[in-house]
Amino acid sequence: MKAYLTRRYWFSASHRLHCEEMSEAENKATYGKCNNPYGHGHNYAVEVTVTGQVEERTGMICNLADLDAFVGKNILERFGHENLNRLPDFNGVVPTTENLCVKIYEILEQNFHHALIEKVRIEETMLNSFEYAGGREIRP
Amino acid sequence: MVFLTRKAEFSASHYYHNPEFSQEENQRIFGKCNNPHGHGHNYTLEVTVKGQVDPRSGFVVDLKELKEIMNREVIDALDHRFLNKEVPEFAKAIPTTENLAISIWERLKPKLKLAELHRIRVYETPDLFVDYYGEV
Repeated sequence: MKAYLTRRYWFSASHRLHCEEMSEAENKATYGKCNNPYGHGHNYAVEVTVTGQVEERTGMICNLADLDAFVGKNILERFGHENLNRLPDFNGVVPTTENLCVKIYEILEQNFHHALIEKVRIEETMLNSFEYAGGREIRP
Repeated sequence: MVFLTRKAEFSASHYYHNPEFSQEENQRIFGKCNNPHGHGHNYTLEVTVKGQVDPRSGFVVDLKELKEIMNREVIDALDHRFLNKEVPEFAKAIPTTENLAISIWERLKPKLKLAELHRIRVYETPDLFVDYYGEV
């Protein structure tokens, strides 16, 4: 039987929303406070949803210890307590949470092999959240 | 089509163990969850049904009736129980969150006549949940 397991993780990072191709005035108009050159930070909550058949022998889609270890090493260590603008991932890409969500989905989709990645959802604050499912529609 | 979700809570204990695995394998695969004395969680259940809004009542489903079915078929059977020892389906199946979601679907599906069951979501902790949509 096919089920979906979601695990919630946290990391904190800083960023500045700024597009090199825009004028100073345009950057200010587009990004407002988020364009502050010194940057600002968030506590990001990342929800990773994996899917697959529930294996009869273990009762699991995949071992949570494998997912936790992968996310710890490849997401939380990579982005936690970093300035996102300075990471190669955001070289020429504005580190909006839309782009962060797509990036994290791609890291998981390409490198985590214990289950299929269904979706990544990020809460930037308690009021803003973003979801990406590799271009698929998100199911209610 | 409108989707309606009702929540419920239950607390239960469980442990993970497959008698076909060696003791070492059980320990490696299930870690701390393999402790035979069990450990517990406060589970949150979300039952989502879908259907057309009845033009007279304005309801997709009578919530009172949904609540009674959830209490009778799920909460009474699972709340304050040791899942491995007291809930028949977990005599064999390992009571993971995945299997709990499937079991709750199978308990509710035949009893829900008024609206179509859409999703079972079971939170084991606020940071871990499983969704089941009845897919094989």
